[in-house]
Amino acid sequence: MPNEKRLRVKTLVMVLAMVVCANSGDLMLKRGMSQIGAVQLNASGLAHAFRLTVTNGTIWGGIFFLTGFMISYMTVLSWADYSYVMPAGAFGYALLTLLAVVFLHESVSPRRWLGVVLICAGVLLVGQTKPRTTAVTSEAVA
Amino acid sequence: MRVILALAVLIFGSTGGEIAITYGMKATGEPARLRPRALLQFLGRAVCNGWFWAGVPLMALSFYSLLVLLSWEPISLVIPASALSYVVGTLGAKYILGEQISPARWAGVLLVCAGVALVAAG
Repeated sequence: MPNEKRLRVKTLVMVLAMVVCANSGDLMLKRGMSQIGAVQLNASGLAHAFRLTVTNGTIWGGIFFLTGFMISYMTVLSWADYSYVMPAGAFGYALLTLLAVVFLHESVSPRRWLGVVLICAGVLLVGQTKPRTTAVTSEAVA
Repeated sequence: MRVILALAVLIFGSTGGEIAITYGMKATGEPARLRPRALLQFLGRAVCNGWFWAGVPLMALSFYSLLVLLSWEPISLVIPASALSYVVGTLGAKYILGEQISPARWAGVLLVCAGVALVAAG
């Protein structure tokens, strides 16, 4: 059924966008916050940190990507099952490990590799199932 | 005891919030097209849905609980324990959202849950 295939492809594209945006956003926020350094937990420390964060380009990049994550997450949930999207999004954990090995040359413990294998197997299994099992509540007419 | 309580708030807050948002998004209906203009109209309709605003504070509560937990326990314990939310979320999807969870999907969810716990434990 071409409709079924279309649903599957657009769901996968959206989940991929979700994972890429969430990971890039987290990484940029983390990099931006480490540029700022440890925040002092008092009024002047927080005010100082606030000034530094709103003028930091990397942090704005992180916010941009996390907004992209929220939009793709909301969009995919408008047609796909929550129980399909939620486990599929865990692919990000596996992706982060692979990126850490390839680009940061981090060493990864056998336990963590086993986790990556289990996540990939689980995501593949969930990916085989139908992305939507509930009735369509309302088809948007815009 | 307080750790278990905070963990329960973390897990039920995040899954409850996500289920409320899913409910709101299903009620909103999918965007007619994946173009910027149609997407903006779609997002506008989504934020007018009450369920969306029921989900946001639940997720904020869950995030606050995560911060509190991280101040008590090491991250290598907190994140693997929070991987239980994959199972809780799937149960919620079945009994609250009425999604059909096939045996293959259950198997996949359990593998992902175990995998996330292992990756986060390092």
